Amino acid sequence: MDTEDEAVDGVFRALADKSRRALLDTLFARNGQTLSELCEGRGMSRQAVTKHLVILENANLVASVKRGREKLHYLNPAPIHEIGERWISKYERTRLEALFDLKKALESDNGE
Amino acid sequence: MVNDGDERIVPPDLVYVFFIRSTAQQVWDALTSSEFTTKFFFGRSVESDWKQGSPWKMVMADGTLDVFGEVLVSDPPHKLQLTWDVDWGDEPNPPKAAIITYDIEQAGDAVKLTMTQHTTSAIPRKYIQAGAQGWAIILSSLKSLLETGEPLIVKMEPPK
Repeated sequence: MDTEDEAVDGVFRALADKSRRALLDTLFARNGQTLSELCEGRGMSRQAVTKHLVILENANLVASVKRGREKLHYLNPAPIHEIGERWISKYERTRLEALFDLKKALESDNGE
Repeated sequence: MVNDGDERIVPPDLVYVFFIRSTAQQVWDALTSSEFTTKFFFGRSVESDWKQGSPWKMVMADGTLDVFGEVLVSDPPHKLQLTWDVDWGDEPNPPKAAIITYDIEQAGDAVKLTMTQHTTSAIPRKYIQAGAQGWAIILSSLKSLLETGEPLIVKMEPPK
């Protein structure tokens, strides 16, 4: 494994791309998808999606399991958790969650 | 019954990978002894001889039975696979037990812990989501405990 700082660099680099964040969003909506499923409606070549997935896997943001000849991809939140733990203290967490809930509630009110 | 943990009919619904600066034996001990689980698993203790075919259970701090099941695969300190059942109370169609697999392997100077969850019957989405969030917290706390000696302190409400 890389040193801790290299690993964190990898996570931020992986997240600093709109297409890769969209892939994570897709897996958040439905976990355990094949490459073909992840390519659907993305307007991107299979090779491009594969490249993004490799970067996400190297950053440990995506975990995969083999099933026969297929590979299923899963969102792995571990590195994001670790980044959060580094700068969010256990006391701040509840306050942040309360603020986040408030923000969500206000935004959904506005949307209606 | 599927019991090899790798090639099964049902695809997993959750796969979490954590790299922990520790040893495989320490990760195994942390998952299988109450001395550790009470610190990172929301205060729960565990009971089993962790041999293949043996029963196992997880008990809350107040003595209430929380999770129970059977040890499907036991290969210390590298693989532990359990059926994971809970008392569904008055849930109209209680789901079947899930299967939880821990794979523990050396990865350079760290240990790669992979937690895989297979649910073998439909489980209401709110439980899957709460479970996914719970596992992320539990395993982060396990990592913190082994690396720093301190678990994370995170409060989480049960799913409503």
